[in-house]
Amino acid sequence: MATVELRFSAQPEHVRTARLVAAAVARRAGVDEAVLDEVRLAVGEACSRAVGLHRAYGVTAPVRVALTEEEKAFSIEVGDEVPGPGSGGAAPGVRGATADEEPDDGGEDGMGLAVISGLVDDVEVTSDESGGVIRMTWPITGATAEP
Amino acid sequence: MDLSLSTRNVSGPGGDRTVVEVGGEIDVYTAPKLREQLVELVNDGSYHLVVDMEGVDFLDSTGLGVLVGGLKRVRAHEGSLRLVCNQERILKIFRITGLTKVFPIHGSVDEAVNATD
Repeated sequence: MATVELRFSAQPEHVRTARLVAAAVARRAGVDEAVLDEVRLAVGEACSRAVGLHRAYGVTAPVRVALTEEEKAFSIEVGDEVPGPGSGGAAPGVRGATADEEPDDGGEDGMGLAVISGLVDDVEVTSDESGGVIRMTWPITGATAEP
Repeated sequence: MDLSLSTRNVSGPGGDRTVVEVGGEIDVYTAPKLREQLVELVNDGSYHLVVDMEGVDFLDSTGLGVLVGGLKRVRAHEGSLRLVCNQERILKIFRITGLTKVFPIHGSVDEAVNATD
């Protein structure tokens, strides 16, 4: 079971809330202070991507973020509910083909994943008929933070 | 924290430069405001921009996308877009995405305004 689970409607303004909660839980779990910036950025990227997918495909379900503290690791799962190709990075071209956005932002989705894979060593991107999940894991080096 | 934006014009050896001072967080929610600002400047004829990011606390790929879009717009008018940034946490994002090769990044507004290369 996740230590903290968050569901938010797919609106850009809530991504910041997800970043703040993820960083707070990661800090409590004992993730190194130097890595917290990366956690914040990576979870923000994953949530922005999920929000973008939900909006592009008209999915009304919330975006799901699960923060899990394990013995020696801290993991974050960000799940979207856009099924099959077009979620989970299985088909990078799909979203661009449907989203009617300014050409400026055409590469945004791929860029988000590029940032995540550049930041996080342990990252897994999966997708099936129920949606896509980005799972990111960081080691816990220090002792659990003081309350 | 929300995004704050202010612009001012400065004269440099290469001509007039428009300095856009950005503060706060540039993310999926706030990036559209920065995009509007850059589009407006280019539409008004400001083709040499210096984006001062010293007050930026957070930048994600949406923000990078907006900056790349700004660069594309000024380049269409033979302009330039220079960044001012000394913060390691922000520079790191440009580095891992390879954008340090795309944007000239300066240590100060003065340096950026005076750059003529």
